[in-house]
Amino acid sequence: MKNRKPDKFRSLKVGLFVLFALVVYAYGFQVTKVNLAETKSENRREQLFRILRALARPNIIEYEKEEFVVRVPIMIPCPEAGFTPEPIVDTTQPYMVVTPACSDPRTRVQVQGYNFEPLTRGPLNLVPFESGVNLQLESIEIDRFGNFQAEVLLPNRPSEDAHEIVAITRRNIGSPHLTRTAYDTWDKIIETVFLALLATTLGVIIAIPLSFFAARNLMKDVTSSLLGVSLSILLIPVGLFLGLQLAGWSYQVSQALTGNMMMTVSGTVLSPILVWFGLRWALPQQETKPPETNTRILRVAVMIVAAFIFIIFLYLLSSLMLTWGNALDAALGNFGFLGRFIRDLGDILNTIVRVLVALAVAGVFNSFAGRWGEALSRRKDSLSSAAHVILAIVAGAALAIMLMAIINWFYLFKDINLYYLYAGGIGAILGLLASLRYKSTEPVPSGLTLYYVSRTIFNALRSVEALVMAIVFVVWVGIGPFAGSLALALHTIASLAKLYSEQVESIMAGPLEAVQATGANRLQTIVYAVVPQIVPPYISYTMYRWDINVRMSTIIGFVGGGGIGFLLQQNINLLNYRDASAQMLAIAIVVATMDYISSVLREKYV
Amino acid sequence: MLKIQKLTKIYDGGVQALTDVSFDVPKGQFLAVIGLSGSGKSTLLRCINRLIEPTAGKIYWNDMDVTDASDDELRRIRRKIGMVFQHFNLVHRSSVLTNVLAGRLGYVNPAWSLVNRFPKSDMENAYKQMERVGIADKATHRADELSGGQQQRVGIARAMMQNPEMILADEPVASLDPVLAHSIMQYLEKINKEDGMTVLCSLHFLDLVHRYADRVVALNQGTLMFDGPPKDIDDAKFKDIYGRDAERVG
Repeated sequence: MKNRKPDKFRSLKVGLFVLFALVVYAYGFQVTKVNLAETKSENRREQLFRILRALARPNIIEYEKEEFVVRVPIMIPCPEAGFTPEPIVDTTQPYMVVTPACSDPRTRVQVQGYNFEPLTRGPLNLVPFESGVNLQLESIEIDRFGNFQAEVLLPNRPSEDAHEIVAITRRNIGSPHLTRTAYDTWDKIIETVFLALLATTLGVIIAIPLSFFAARNLMKDVTSSLLGVSLSILLIPVGLFLGLQLAGWSYQVSQALTGNMMMTVSGTVLSPILVWFGLRWALPQQETKPPETNTRILRVAVMIVAAFIFIIFLYLLSSLMLTWGNALDAALGNFGFLGRFIRDLGDILNTIVRVLVALAVAGVFNSFAGRWGEALSRRKDSLSSAAHVILAIVAGAALAIMLMAIINWFYLFKDINLYYLYAGGIGAILGLLASLRYKSTEPVPSGLTLYYVSRTIFNALRSVEALVMAIVFVVWVGIGPFAGSLALALHTIASLAKLYSEQVESIMAGPLEAVQATGANRLQTIVYAVVPQIVPPYISYTMYRWDINVRMSTIIGFVGGGGIGFLLQQNINLLNYRDASAQMLAIAIVVATMDYISSVLREKYV
Repeated sequence: MLKIQKLTKIYDGGVQALTDVSFDVPKGQFLAVIGLSGSGKSTLLRCINRLIEPTAGKIYWNDMDVTDASDDELRRIRRKIGMVFQHFNLVHRSSVLTNVLAGRLGYVNPAWSLVNRFPKSDMENAYKQMERVGIADKATHRADELSGGQQQRVGIARAMMQNPEMILADEPVASLDPVLAHSIMQYLEKINKEDGMTVLCSLHFLDLVHRYADRVVALNQGTLMFDGPPKDIDDAKFKDIYGRDAERVG
């Protein structure tokens, strides 16, 4: 047999491996400062048990208490004349007897109590002469006959005046009620759940479209000619700029309308109807042959007008929401938060319309760039080969200068024009090299490039702790749950985009192929073959992420990101372990509930 | 009319899947493609509608150069070529109706199809196609609730929605039992004979080939070994196609 021979050395190898493992673990003990003596120390154990016991009794429910206070004098040490306490006059009332009645510091004395309220408990304190300080000697429990007995160690408080030993026993009366801590914990856990909800929602909305860019199986087929890539690099910034301009103009037009309430309302109602009919005309449901040029131009014109009206509609809607939200806030009283929510949504809409319009116009320009690039490269004449080289050089330079602008934003170089010159030169050379590397008809793996870039960004973003992000957001929007939810949202985007994209990568390729074979374009393929397959894992990952966000928000609170973490940290620092325990219990309940809900949802939709 | 000229495919790993394969398929023919597993049958069929990008060679379909088609042209070509798969390739979690309507994606305007709006005529056609293959009562069921034979019928209905001029069938009956296999093959035969549809069908079993095909092309390790009517496959040819050690059964 072939593998007989190395058997000789095998036991030696195993021995060496065990030895090596031993050394590794020994060093591990050394590095982590394993200290077994400490774990055995009586003192430490006592503290540990105290904390564990406190943690086991979360401060949630309390009773009204009845308090019984009984005093007896004591001398420390015994005066030379001796000390006899006043005799007990009324032995039907609660009283205590100390034997001996006086003693040296750090000696033990017996304390006996009679006629106490049966079955009460509380501390037995020493109150030094006229100090008002309570030094706890012992905690006592009264038996059912109303008596107790304790042996206490006197502290080192020598004095010529008589101290007092005070027994305070308490009894629960009335029905139990929730503590102040319980109410605070409830408030904060609600805040935490909603903080996590907002962070998850925001993260999911952004992560879903991004996850497709980070899926290798979708991106590896995306190729275009170098001409198309160059044109895209040049046209996308133009598209972004024009998109912002377009949004600005639309905003001005909508502002002209918002002066009048009637105009605003009718505009908001009419514009979507106009857009609908415009699109119905400009986008026929199916066509067997390509339309004529005239019709095409007219259609493009109608679509541009429809887009313009739609943007105005969004602005009108946002201004309506702002006005009505404020009105509702004033009118609804306690439910004013609904009005404020509508107002804030209007505000958010107003902000993101600009971004969305810019992205949309950039997308349109990008698709035109791809088409023109492909058309030009297919001509295979001198014009196309000249454009191939020249555009690659220009695009390389432009891309490098844009990157340099971003770098400069962080580092604020002194002589930025020189840097731009260098960057442009290097970019141009790289563009030239790319144009030599790829023939004009050869496909450039633009999809894979996008895949690697987005993967790298997600990984970098994911490796930044949410805690650090929270600190940055606290600086931006101030201490509170809003900062926490933004920080968690950012972290959620990075990690969900990665998890989602891995789900996209693991879908069955068969349906994808079948839908492609029908002549579906890329977007149709995603909607009809990819999306149905990824719904269940997306739901379960979203729920899982919400659960993570609830747990993470406890950490976020430590740096001022709001939520229950702030309370928890405060109580731990103040050694209020029973209060901290209440908060930990709340977190555990929320996490367990979320786990249950997500399993139910999964079962329903998978 | 399909013309394949010196088609060659070398995969990224260096595997030579097809070597200089050339043949013509006249309109209305039922052509069987046979060969061992890994002989290049699937690659050949997928090169025809460019699900797999050929390395070299030309494919002409109705005098259009498929290998050099732009994205728009390729969409127009693909929508006229229906495809049926061994593992049916349905979207499991979508309804049967949605799976069938997916056959129209090459025709409808992308913008409307993204929000799941199909023209009325397409909806009517979808029910007609499902009726034709006998699954109309399953329209609202999820595709993975159907049995294998029913799933393949959905696959055929989807291909027929494309109003195709040619069907590429990649081992359409290899995952089905013999009875179902015949019913599916009979259906393909029917659309071939009645509608005059060109059918390219890769098959494993020679009895199916003899029963249904007008003509056979055989591949062995990516090379064309045989091209002719099924009855011309004698024992010598058989050993060329399937290798020296192969035994002929049935």
